[in-house]
Amino acid sequence: MAMTYSEKVRDHFANPRNVGTIEDANGVGEVGNAVCGDIMKMYLKIENGVIEDVKFNTFGCGAAIATSSMATEMIKGKTIEEAEQLTNKAVVEALDGLPPVKIHCSVLAEEAVHAALEDYRKRLAAQQQ
Amino acid sequence: MQVYADQAATTKISERALQAMMPCYTDIFGNPSSLHEVGRAAEEAVEKARKSIASAIGAEAGEVYFTSGGSEADNWAITMAAQLGAKKGKKHLISSAFEHHAVLHTLDKLKKEGFEVTLLPVHEDGLVRPEELEAAIREDTALVTIMFVNNEVGTIQPIEKLGEICRQKGVLFHTDAVQAAGHLPIDVKEMKIDMLSMAGHKFHGPKGVGALFVRKGIAMSNLISGGGQEKGKRAGTENVPAIVGMAEALRESLENREEKNAAVLKMRKRLTEAVLQIPKSRLNGDPDQRIAGNMNFCFEGIEGESLLLYLDLQGICASSGSACTSGSLEPSHVLLALGVPVEIAHGSLRISLDESNTEEEVDYILQTLPGVVKRLREMSPMWEHIQKGEV
Ligand SMILES: Cc1ncc(COP(=O)(O)O)c(C=O)c1O
Ligand SMILES: [Zn+2]
Repeated sequence: MAMTYSEKVRDHFANPRNVGTIEDANGVGEVGNAVCGDIMKMYLKIENGVIEDVKFNTFGCGAAIATSSMATEMIKGKTIEEAEQLTNKAVVEALDGLPPVKIHCSVLAEEAVHAALEDYRKRLAAQQQ
Repeated sequence: MQVYADQAATTKISERALQAMMPCYTDIFGNPSSLHEVGRAAEEAVEKARKSIASAIGAEAGEVYFTSGGSEADNWAITMAAQLGAKKGKKHLISSAFEHHAVLHTLDKLKKEGFEVTLLPVHEDGLVRPEELEAAIREDTALVTIMFVNNEVGTIQPIEKLGEICRQKGVLFHTDAVQAAGHLPIDVKEMKIDMLSMAGHKFHGPKGVGALFVRKGIAMSNLISGGGQEKGKRAGTENVPAIVGMAEALRESLENREEKNAAVLKMRKRLTEAVLQIPKSRLNGDPDQRIAGNMNFCFEGIEGESLLLYLDLQGICASSGSACTSGSLEPSHVLLALGVPVEIAHGSLRISLDESNTEEEVDYILQTLPGVVKRLREMSPMWEHIQKGEV
Protein backbone atom coordinates (compact mmCIF):
# COMPACT_ATOMS: atom_id res chain seq x y z
CA MET A 1 0.00 0.00 0.00
CA ALA A 2 1.51 3.29 -1.02
CA MET A 3 1.62 5.95 1.63
CA THR A 4 0.13 9.21 0.61
CA TYR A 5 1.48 12.45 1.95
CA SER A 6 -0.53 15.67 2.12
CA GLU A 7 0.21 18.53 -0.28
CA LYS A 8 1.90 20.43 2.55
CA VAL A 9 4.15 17.52 3.44
CA ARG A 10 5.08 17.15 -0.20
CA ASP A 11 5.85 20.84 -0.45
CA HIS A 12 8.03 20.87 2.68
CA PHE A 13 9.71 17.74 1.54
CA ALA A 14 10.45 18.96 -1.98
CA ASN A 15 11.42 22.47 -0.87
CA PRO A 16 12.61 22.16 2.70
CA ARG A 17 12.93 25.48 4.52
CA ASN A 18 15.98 26.35 6.62
CA VAL A 19 18.20 23.50 5.50
CA GLY A 20 21.83 23.77 6.48
CA THR A 21 24.02 24.60 9.43
CA ILE A 22 24.79 27.73 11.46
CA GLU A 23 28.51 28.30 12.02
CA ASP A 24 28.08 30.30 15.24
CA ALA A 25 25.03 28.47 16.56
CA ASN A 26 24.65 28.66 20.33
CA GLY A 27 22.30 25.70 20.63
CA VAL A 28 22.75 22.43 18.72
CA GLY A 29 20.78 19.23 19.18
CA GLU A 30 21.01 15.88 17.44
CA VAL A 31 18.47 13.10 17.98
CA GLY A 32 17.63 9.71 16.50
CA ASN A 33 20.00 7.10 15.16
CA ALA A 34 20.90 5.49 11.89
CA VAL A 35 19.60 2.07 12.89
CA CYS A 36 16.01 3.29 13.21
CA GLY A 37 16.44 5.26 10.03
CA ASP A 38 16.07 8.88 11.07
CA ILE A 39 18.58 11.40 12.43
CA MET A 40 17.83 15.10 12.92
CA LYS A 41 20.26 17.85 13.80
CA MET A 42 18.95 21.27 14.74
CA TYR A 43 21.05 24.49 14.94
CA LEU A 44 19.78 27.54 16.85
CA LYS A 45 21.08 31.10 17.00
CA ILE A 46 19.46 32.66 20.04
CA GLU A 47 19.77 36.34 20.96
CA ASN A 48 18.03 38.02 23.87
CA GLY A 49 15.87 34.97 24.42
CA VAL A 50 14.63 34.97 20.85
CA ILE A 51 15.40 32.40 18.15
CA GLU A 52 16.95 34.66 15.53
CA ASP A 53 17.94 31.87 13.19
CA VAL A 54 17.38 28.16 12.89
CA LYS A 55 18.72 25.54 10.48
CA PHE A 56 18.47 21.78 10.26
CA ASN A 57 20.01 18.71 8.67
CA THR A 58 18.08 15.46 8.44
CA PHE A 59 18.85 11.90 7.43
CA GLY A 60 15.49 10.23 7.03
CA CYS A 61 12.30 9.65 5.17
CA GLY A 62 10.02 12.20 3.53
CA ALA A 63 8.10 12.72 6.76
CA ALA A 64 11.30 13.31 8.71
CA ILE A 65 12.46 15.99 6.28
CA ALA A 66 9.04 17.67 6.11
CA THR A 67 8.57 17.76 9.90
CA SER A 68 12.08 19.16 10.43
CA SER A 69 11.34 21.86 7.90
CA MET A 70 7.96 22.72 9.41
CA ALA A 71 9.35 22.71 12.96
CA THR A 72 12.03 25.25 12.02
CA GLU A 73 9.40 27.53 10.48
CA MET A 74 7.27 27.28 13.60
CA ILE A 75 10.02 28.33 16.02
CA LYS A 76 11.87 30.92 13.97
CA GLY A 77 11.46 34.36 15.57
CA LYS A 78 9.83 32.86 18.65
CA THR A 79 11.01 33.19 22.24
CA ILE A 80 12.65 30.27 24.01
CA GLU A 81 9.52 29.83 26.12
CA GLU A 82 7.33 29.70 23.02
CA ALA A 83 9.64 27.24 21.27
CA GLU A 84 9.60 24.98 24.30
CA GLN A 85 5.86 24.58 23.84
CA LEU A 86 6.34 23.04 20.39
CA THR A 87 4.84 19.56 20.17
CA ASN A 88 4.98 16.97 17.43
CA LYS A 89 1.20 17.11 17.37
CA ALA A 90 1.30 20.78 16.42
CA VAL A 91 3.88 20.08 13.71
CA VAL A 92 1.76 17.27 12.28
CA GLU A 93 -1.34 19.47 12.33
CA ALA A 94 0.51 22.26 10.57
CA LEU A 95 1.40 19.74 7.84
CA ASP A 96 -2.25 18.66 7.47
CA GLY A 97 -1.47 15.29 9.00
CA LEU A 98 0.86 12.36 8.41
CA PRO A 99 0.21 8.68 7.64
CA PRO A 100 -0.12 6.82 11.00
CA VAL A 101 3.12 4.83 10.54
CA LYS A 102 4.98 8.11 10.12
CA ILE A 103 3.86 9.85 13.31
CA HIS A 104 6.96 8.64 15.13
CA CYS A 105 9.16 10.58 12.69
CA SER A 106 7.51 13.80 13.80
CA VAL A 107 8.42 13.05 17.41
CA LEU A 108 12.04 13.47 16.36
CA ALA A 109 11.40 17.04 15.20
CA GLU A 110 10.04 17.97 18.61
CA GLU A 111 12.93 16.20 20.30
CA ALA A 112 15.50 17.90 18.11
CA VAL A 113 14.15 21.35 19.00
CA HIS A 114 14.14 20.48 22.69
CA ALA A 115 17.64 19.02 22.50
CA ALA A 116 18.95 22.20 20.86
CA LEU A 117 17.27 24.39 23.51
CA GLU A 118 18.74 22.19 26.22
CA ASP A 119 22.18 22.58 24.69
CA TYR A 120 21.70 26.37 24.65
CA ARG A 121 20.78 26.36 28.33
CA LYS A 122 23.80 24.27 29.22
CA ARG A 123 26.13 26.57 27.33
CA LEU A 124 24.57 29.57 29.03
CA ALA A 125 25.01 28.00 32.46
CA ALA A 126 28.64 27.15 31.66
CA GLN A 127 29.27 30.77 30.64
CA GLN A 128 27.75 32.12 33.81
CA GLN A 129 29.97 30.02 36.06
CA MET B 1 10.67 13.12 -18.93
CA GLN B 2 9.18 10.17 -17.09
CA VAL B 3 11.19 7.00 -16.71
CA TYR B 4 9.51 3.89 -15.40
CA ALA B 5 12.32 1.91 -13.84
CA ASP B 6 10.24 -0.27 -11.55
CA GLN B 7 9.50 -3.24 -13.81
CA ALA B 8 9.97 -5.69 -10.93
CA ALA B 9 7.03 -4.06 -9.11
CA THR B 10 4.75 -4.40 -12.09
CA THR B 11 4.73 -3.85 -15.84
CA LYS B 12 2.50 -2.09 -18.31
CA ILE B 13 0.23 -4.42 -20.21
CA SER B 14 1.49 -5.15 -23.72
CA GLU B 15 -0.55 -4.12 -26.74
CA ARG B 16 -0.77 -7.74 -27.87
CA ALA B 17 -2.03 -8.96 -24.51
CA LEU B 18 -4.58 -6.17 -24.40
CA GLN B 19 -5.81 -6.98 -27.89
CA ALA B 20 -6.12 -10.65 -26.96
CA MET B 21 -8.19 -9.72 -23.93
CA MET B 22 -10.66 -7.35 -25.56
CA PRO B 23 -12.86 -9.99 -27.25
CA CYS B 24 -13.24 -11.74 -23.89
CA TYR B 25 -15.08 -8.67 -22.63
CA THR B 26 -17.31 -8.49 -25.69
CA ASP B 27 -17.94 -11.52 -27.91
CA ILE B 28 -16.47 -14.26 -25.75
CA PHE B 29 -18.24 -13.11 -22.61
CA GLY B 30 -19.67 -16.50 -21.66
CA ASN B 31 -19.23 -18.48 -18.49
CA PRO B 32 -16.77 -21.28 -19.28
CA SER B 33 -18.96 -23.67 -17.25
CA SER B 34 -22.02 -23.07 -19.44
CA LEU B 35 -22.88 -25.80 -21.89
CA HIS B 36 -24.07 -23.51 -24.69
CA GLU B 37 -22.04 -22.11 -27.51
CA VAL B 38 -21.23 -18.80 -25.83
CA GLY B 39 -19.96 -20.61 -22.77
CA ARG B 40 -18.02 -23.13 -24.83
CA ALA B 41 -16.18 -20.33 -26.62
CA ALA B 42 -15.05 -18.95 -23.27
CA GLU B 43 -13.98 -22.38 -22.09
CA GLU B 44 -12.03 -22.88 -25.25
CA ALA B 45 -10.22 -19.58 -24.67
CA VAL B 46 -9.31 -20.58 -21.11
CA GLU B 47 -8.09 -24.02 -22.13
CA LYS B 48 -6.07 -22.61 -24.99
CA ALA B 49 -4.41 -20.25 -22.52
CA ARG B 50 -3.74 -23.12 -20.12
CA LYS B 51 -2.07 -25.13 -22.85
CA SER B 52 0.03 -22.20 -23.94
CA ILE B 53 1.24 -21.42 -20.42
CA ALA B 54 1.95 -25.08 -19.74
CA SER B 55 4.04 -25.45 -22.87
CA ALA B 56 6.01 -22.30 -21.99
CA ILE B 57 7.30 -24.04 -18.86
CA GLY B 58 7.53 -27.59 -20.15
CA ALA B 59 4.40 -28.75 -18.34
CA GLU B 60 1.15 -30.36 -19.41
CA ALA B 61 -2.06 -28.38 -19.58
CA GLY B 62 -3.60 -30.45 -16.81
CA GLU B 63 -0.86 -29.35 -14.44
CA VAL B 64 -1.63 -25.62 -14.61
CA TYR B 65 -4.15 -23.99 -12.26
CA PHE B 66 -5.19 -20.38 -12.53
CA THR B 67 -5.11 -18.14 -9.46
CA SER B 68 -5.54 -14.48 -8.61
CA GLY B 69 -1.81 -13.89 -8.73
CA GLY B 70 1.56 -14.81 -7.32
CA SER B 71 0.60 -14.52 -3.66
CA GLU B 72 -2.32 -16.89 -4.00
CA ALA B 73 -0.23 -19.42 -5.89
CA ASP B 74 2.47 -19.28 -3.18
CA ASN B 75 -0.06 -19.60 -0.35
CA TRP B 76 -1.77 -22.49 -2.04
CA ALA B 77 1.37 -24.46 -2.93
CA ILE B 78 2.89 -24.15 0.52
CA THR B 79 -0.22 -24.95 2.56
CA MET B 80 -1.00 -27.83 0.23
CA ALA B 81 2.45 -29.36 0.63
CA ALA B 82 2.33 -28.79 4.39
CA GLN B 83 -1.00 -30.60 4.66
CA LEU B 84 0.28 -33.46 2.54
CA GLY B 85 3.37 -33.75 4.71
CA ALA B 86 1.46 -33.56 7.97
CA LYS B 87 -0.60 -36.58 6.92
CA LYS B 88 2.63 -38.58 6.82
CA GLY B 89 3.92 -37.04 10.03
CA LYS B 90 6.28 -34.71 8.18
CA LYS B 91 6.16 -31.25 9.68
CA HIS B 92 9.43 -29.65 8.62
CA LEU B 93 9.58 -26.98 5.92
CA ILE B 94 12.66 -25.45 4.28
CA SER B 95 12.85 -22.08 2.60
CA SER B 96 15.28 -19.17 2.32
CA ALA B 97 15.70 -16.06 4.42
CA PHE B 98 14.86 -13.63 1.62
CA GLU B 99 11.66 -15.01 0.14
CA HIS B 100 8.74 -12.78 -0.73
CA HIS B 101 6.33 -12.19 2.16
CA ALA B 102 3.72 -14.30 0.33
CA VAL B 103 5.99 -17.22 1.22
CA LEU B 104 7.44 -16.05 4.54
CA HIS B 105 4.11 -15.08 6.07
CA THR B 106 2.53 -18.36 4.95
CA LEU B 107 5.39 -20.18 6.66
CA ASP B 108 4.86 -18.07 9.80
CA LYS B 109 1.26 -19.17 9.85
CA LEU B 110 2.23 -22.81 9.53
CA LYS B 111 4.78 -22.38 12.30
CA LYS B 112 1.94 -21.37 14.60
CA GLU B 113 0.19 -24.59 13.56
CA GLY B 114 3.13 -26.66 14.75
CA PHE B 115 5.38 -26.86 11.70
CA GLU B 116 9.09 -26.32 12.03
CA VAL B 117 10.68 -23.98 9.50
CA THR B 118 14.33 -23.79 8.45
CA LEU B 119 15.35 -20.68 6.51
CA LEU B 120 18.54 -21.20 4.54
CA PRO B 121 21.06 -18.34 4.50
CA VAL B 122 21.50 -16.49 1.23
CA HIS B 123 25.00 -15.13 1.88
CA GLU B 124 26.41 -11.81 0.76
CA ASP B 125 25.85 -12.65 -2.90
CA GLY B 126 22.15 -13.44 -2.44
CA LEU B 127 22.48 -17.08 -3.47
CA VAL B 128 21.34 -20.27 -1.76
CA ARG B 129 24.02 -22.97 -1.56
CA PRO B 130 22.86 -26.41 -2.80
CA GLU B 131 25.05 -28.18 -0.23
CA GLU B 132 23.36 -26.20 2.55
CA LEU B 133 19.98 -27.32 1.27
CA GLU B 134 21.18 -30.90 1.16
CA ALA B 135 22.36 -30.69 4.75
CA ALA B 136 19.10 -29.13 5.92
CA ILE B 137 16.78 -31.80 4.52
CA ARG B 138 15.57 -34.22 7.18
CA GLU B 139 13.46 -37.37 7.31
CA ASP B 140 10.46 -35.27 8.22
CA THR B 141 10.92 -32.49 5.62
CA ALA B 142 7.65 -32.00 3.78
CA LEU B 143 8.59 -29.18 1.42
CA VAL B 144 11.42 -27.06 0.09
CA THR B 145 10.34 -23.70 -1.29
CA ILE B 146 13.04 -21.48 -2.78
CA MET B 147 12.36 -18.54 -5.07
CA PHE B 148 13.64 -18.67 -8.64
CA VAL B 149 14.65 -14.99 -8.76
CA ASN B 150 14.66 -12.66 -5.79
CA ASN B 151 12.43 -9.64 -6.27
CA GLU B 152 14.70 -7.08 -4.62
CA VAL B 153 18.22 -8.04 -5.65
CA GLY B 154 17.33 -10.10 -8.72
CA THR B 155 19.68 -12.99 -7.94
CA ILE B 156 18.94 -16.21 -9.82
CA GLN B 157 19.00 -19.28 -7.62
CA PRO B 158 20.57 -22.58 -8.78
CA ILE B 159 17.09 -24.03 -9.26
CA GLU B 160 18.10 -27.05 -11.28
CA LYS B 161 20.57 -28.18 -8.61
CA LEU B 162 18.09 -27.54 -5.83
CA GLY B 163 15.41 -29.48 -7.72
CA GLU B 164 17.80 -32.38 -8.25
CA ILE B 165 18.58 -32.59 -4.53
CA CYS B 166 14.90 -32.51 -3.59
CA ARG B 167 13.99 -35.17 -6.13
CA GLN B 168 16.79 -37.43 -4.88
CA LYS B 169 15.67 -37.02 -1.30
CA GLY B 170 12.01 -37.42 -2.19
CA VAL B 171 10.98 -33.99 -0.92
CA LEU B 172 8.47 -31.76 -2.70
CA PHE B 173 10.06 -28.72 -4.33
CA HIS B 174 8.16 -25.47 -4.94
CA THR B 175 9.61 -22.35 -6.49
CA ASP B 176 8.18 -18.85 -6.52
CA ALA B 177 9.00 -17.96 -10.12
CA VAL B 178 7.04 -14.69 -10.11
CA GLN B 179 10.16 -12.71 -11.07
CA ALA B 180 11.48 -15.36 -13.43
CA ALA B 181 8.54 -16.31 -15.63
CA GLY B 182 8.67 -14.53 -18.95
CA HIS B 183 12.29 -13.51 -18.33
CA LEU B 184 14.22 -16.77 -18.05
CA PRO B 185 13.84 -20.16 -19.70
CA ILE B 186 11.92 -22.51 -17.42
CA ASP B 187 11.49 -26.25 -17.84
CA VAL B 188 9.78 -27.84 -14.88
CA LYS B 189 10.75 -31.34 -15.95
CA GLU B 190 14.42 -30.66 -16.50
CA MET B 191 14.60 -28.54 -13.37
CA LYS B 192 12.71 -31.13 -11.34
CA ILE B 193 10.23 -28.59 -10.08
CA ASP B 194 7.10 -30.00 -8.43
CA MET B 195 5.24 -26.71 -8.01
CA LEU B 196 5.79 -23.27 -9.48
CA SER B 197 4.08 -19.90 -9.01
CA MET B 198 3.83 -17.08 -11.54
CA ALA B 199 1.94 -13.80 -11.91
CA GLY B 200 0.77 -12.19 -15.15
CA HIS B 201 1.62 -8.61 -14.28
CA LYS B 202 5.39 -9.15 -14.05
CA PHE B 203 5.70 -9.85 -17.79
CA HIS B 204 3.36 -7.28 -19.33
CA GLY B 205 0.19 -9.24 -18.68
CA PRO B 206 -2.78 -8.10 -16.60
CA LYS B 207 -2.79 -7.75 -12.81
CA GLY B 208 -4.76 -9.99 -10.47
CA VAL B 209 -4.08 -13.19 -12.36
CA GLY B 210 -1.48 -15.88 -11.89
CA ALA B 211 -0.90 -19.57 -12.21
CA LEU B 212 0.28 -22.45 -10.10
CA PHE B 213 1.91 -25.43 -11.74
CA VAL B 214 1.43 -28.65 -9.77
CA ARG B 215 3.09 -31.77 -11.07
CA LYS B 216 0.75 -34.58 -12.01
CA GLY B 217 0.41 -37.13 -9.25
CA ILE B 218 0.56 -34.71 -6.34
CA ALA B 219 -2.65 -35.02 -4.33
CA MET B 220 -3.95 -31.48 -4.33
CA SER B 221 -5.98 -29.92 -1.58
CA ASN B 222 -8.84 -27.62 -2.29
CA LEU B 223 -8.30 -23.85 -2.00
CA ILE B 224 -11.76 -22.41 -2.66
CA SER B 225 -14.88 -24.54 -2.25
CA GLY B 226 -17.70 -24.15 -4.69
CA GLY B 227 -18.14 -25.11 -8.30
CA GLY B 228 -16.04 -27.40 -10.42
CA GLN B 229 -13.61 -24.84 -11.83
CA GLU B 230 -9.91 -25.74 -11.83
CA LYS B 231 -10.87 -29.37 -11.27
CA GLY B 232 -12.88 -28.32 -8.26
CA LYS B 233 -9.71 -27.26 -6.44
CA ARG B 234 -10.25 -23.56 -6.84
CA ALA B 235 -13.86 -22.73 -7.40
CA GLY B 236 -15.18 -19.53 -8.93
CA THR B 237 -15.98 -18.37 -12.43
CA GLU B 238 -12.71 -17.85 -14.27
CA ASN B 239 -11.32 -14.41 -15.01
CA VAL B 240 -11.32 -15.23 -18.70
CA PRO B 241 -9.88 -11.95 -20.08
CA ALA B 242 -7.05 -11.93 -17.54
CA ILE B 243 -6.19 -15.59 -18.16
CA VAL B 244 -6.13 -15.03 -21.92
CA GLY B 245 -4.07 -11.85 -21.49
CA MET B 246 -1.53 -13.57 -19.26
CA ALA B 247 -1.04 -16.39 -21.75
CA GLU B 248 -0.53 -13.96 -24.62
CA ALA B 249 1.90 -11.85 -22.59
CA LEU B 250 3.94 -14.88 -21.64
CA ARG B 251 4.11 -16.02 -25.25
CA GLU B 252 5.20 -12.58 -26.36
CA SER B 253 7.81 -12.08 -23.67
CA LEU B 254 9.47 -15.37 -24.54
CA GLU B 255 9.74 -14.49 -28.24
CA ASN B 256 13.25 -13.26 -29.08
CA ARG B 257 13.98 -13.51 -25.42
CA GLU B 258 17.73 -13.64 -25.88
CA GLU B 259 17.96 -10.51 -28.00
CA LYS B 260 15.76 -8.60 -25.58
CA ASN B 261 17.81 -9.88 -22.69
CA ALA B 262 21.05 -8.77 -24.30
CA ALA B 263 19.73 -5.25 -24.79
CA VAL B 264 18.57 -5.02 -21.17
CA LEU B 265 21.87 -6.42 -19.95
CA LYS B 266 23.74 -3.75 -21.89
CA MET B 267 21.70 -1.01 -20.22
CA ARG B 268 22.21 -2.56 -16.81
CA LYS B 269 25.98 -2.85 -17.21
CA ARG B 270 26.32 0.78 -18.28
CA LEU B 271 24.05 2.07 -15.55
CA THR B 272 25.64 -0.04 -12.83
CA GLU B 273 29.17 0.97 -13.73
CA ALA B 274 28.32 4.65 -13.76
CA VAL B 275 26.26 4.60 -10.55
CA LEU B 276 29.04 2.83 -8.68
CA GLN B 277 31.24 5.86 -9.41
CA ILE B 278 29.24 7.62 -6.69
CA PRO B 279 31.38 7.49 -3.52
CA LYS B 280 30.22 5.13 -0.76
CA SER B 281 27.80 3.29 -3.00
CA ARG B 282 27.45 -0.44 -3.48
CA LEU B 283 25.61 -2.97 -5.59
CA ASN B 284 23.77 -5.56 -3.50
CA GLY B 285 23.74 -9.18 -4.61
CA ASP B 286 25.92 -11.05 -7.06
CA PRO B 287 26.89 -8.75 -9.95
CA ASP B 288 26.44 -11.44 -12.60
CA GLN B 289 24.14 -14.16 -11.33
CA ARG B 290 21.10 -11.88 -11.51
CA ILE B 291 18.16 -11.17 -13.77
CA ALA B 292 19.09 -8.85 -16.65
CA GLY B 293 17.21 -5.73 -15.55
CA ASN B 294 17.78 -5.67 -11.79
CA MET B 295 20.04 -3.27 -9.93
CA ASN B 296 19.95 -2.79 -6.19
CA PHE B 297 22.17 -0.08 -4.78
CA CYS B 298 22.88 1.34 -1.36
CA PHE B 299 24.12 4.87 -0.86
CA GLU B 300 25.59 5.51 2.56
CA GLY B 301 24.33 8.51 4.48
CA ILE B 302 20.93 8.77 2.83
CA GLU B 303 17.61 7.13 3.43
CA GLY B 304 15.77 5.21 0.73
CA GLU B 305 12.32 6.74 0.93
CA SER B 306 13.55 10.30 0.54
CA LEU B 307 15.76 9.16 -2.33
CA LEU B 308 12.72 7.65 -4.03
CA LEU B 309 10.60 10.73 -3.47
CA TYR B 310 13.30 13.02 -4.85
CA LEU B 311 13.72 10.80 -7.91
CA ASP B 312 9.94 10.81 -8.33
CA LEU B 313 10.00 14.62 -8.34
CA GLN B 314 12.36 14.32 -11.32
CA GLY B 315 10.09 11.80 -13.07
CA ILE B 316 12.02 8.65 -12.22
CA CYS B 317 9.94 5.79 -10.83
CA ALA B 318 12.02 3.29 -8.88
CA SER B 319 11.65 1.50 -5.60
CA SER B 320 13.33 0.94 -2.29
CA GLY B 321 12.98 -2.59 -1.10
CA SER B 322 9.77 -4.13 -2.30
CA ALA B 323 6.65 -2.07 -2.89
CA CYS B 324 4.76 -4.32 -0.51
CA THR B 325 6.98 -3.31 2.40
CA SER B 326 7.23 0.39 1.67
CA GLY B 327 4.43 0.86 4.22
CA SER B 328 6.72 -0.40 6.97
CA LEU B 329 9.67 1.22 8.66
CA GLU B 330 11.94 -1.78 8.89
CA PRO B 331 14.72 -1.87 6.37
CA SER B 332 14.35 -4.59 3.76
CA HIS B 333 14.53 -8.13 5.14
CA VAL B 334 16.21 -9.09 1.89
CA LEU B 335 19.16 -6.72 2.37
CA LEU B 336 19.46 -7.74 6.02
CA ALA B 337 19.57 -11.39 4.88
CA LEU B 338 22.47 -10.43 2.60
CA GLY B 339 24.24 -9.07 5.66
CA VAL B 340 23.98 -5.39 4.69
CA PRO B 341 24.33 -3.34 7.93
CA VAL B 342 21.00 -1.90 9.10
CA GLU B 343 22.03 1.75 8.75
CA ILE B 344 23.18 1.16 5.18
CA ALA B 345 20.17 -0.99 4.29
CA HIS B 346 17.98 2.06 4.95
CA GLY B 347 19.50 3.75 1.91
CA SER B 348 18.64 1.25 -0.77
CA LEU B 349 17.40 1.82 -4.29
CA ARG B 350 16.07 -0.80 -6.69
CA ILE B 351 16.13 0.08 -10.36
CA SER B 352 14.50 -2.56 -12.53
CA LEU B 353 14.52 -2.28 -16.30
CA ASP B 354 13.25 -4.44 -19.11
CA GLU B 355 12.99 -4.36 -22.88
CA SER B 356 10.49 -1.51 -22.75
CA ASN B 357 13.19 0.81 -21.35
CA THR B 358 15.61 2.70 -23.58
CA GLU B 359 19.23 3.88 -23.58
CA GLU B 360 17.92 7.46 -23.44
CA GLU B 361 16.17 6.62 -20.19
CA VAL B 362 19.40 5.24 -18.81
CA ASP B 363 21.05 8.54 -19.78
CA TYR B 364 18.38 10.46 -17.93
CA ILE B 365 18.78 8.34 -14.79
CA LEU B 366 22.52 8.93 -14.95
CA GLN B 367 22.03 12.67 -15.35
CA THR B 368 19.68 12.81 -12.39
CA LEU B 369 20.65 10.26 -9.75
CA PRO B 370 24.10 11.55 -8.72
CA GLY B 371 22.69 15.03 -8.12
CA VAL B 372 19.85 13.70 -5.99
CA VAL B 373 22.25 11.63 -3.90
CA LYS B 374 24.47 14.69 -3.48
CA ARG B 375 21.60 16.91 -2.44
CA LEU B 376 20.36 14.44 0.17
CA ARG B 377 23.86 13.88 1.49
CA GLU B 378 24.37 17.61 1.87
CA MET B 379 21.44 17.74 4.26
CA SER B 380 22.31 14.51 6.08
CA PRO B 381 23.89 14.58 9.54
CA MET B 382 24.65 10.90 8.97
CA TRP B 383 26.77 11.80 5.94
CA GLU B 384 28.52 14.43 8.05
CA HIS B 385 29.45 11.70 10.55
CA ILE B 386 30.67 9.42 7.76
CA GLN B 387 32.77 12.22 6.30
CA LYS B 388 34.35 12.92 9.67
CA GLY B 389 35.04 9.24 10.14
CA GLU B 390 32.80 9.12 13.19
CA VAL B 391 31.00 5.94 12.16
C1 LIG C 1 8.87 -12.94 -5.88
C2 LIG C 1 7.45 -12.54 -5.75
N1 LIG C 1 6.55 -13.40 -5.23
C3 LIG C 1 5.26 -13.10 -5.11
C4 LIG C 1 4.78 -11.87 -5.50
C5 LIG C 1 3.32 -11.58 -5.32
O1 LIG C 1 2.66 -11.60 -6.54
P1 LIG C 1 1.21 -10.92 -6.69
O2 LIG C 1 1.39 -9.49 -6.38
O3 LIG C 1 0.82 -11.20 -8.09
O4 LIG C 1 0.31 -11.60 -5.71
C6 LIG C 1 5.66 -10.95 -6.04
C7 LIG C 1 5.18 -9.61 -6.46
O5 LIG C 1 5.47 -8.60 -5.91
C8 LIG C 1 7.02 -11.28 -6.17
O6 LIG C 1 7.90 -10.41 -6.67
ZN1 LIG D 1 10.81 8.33 9.12
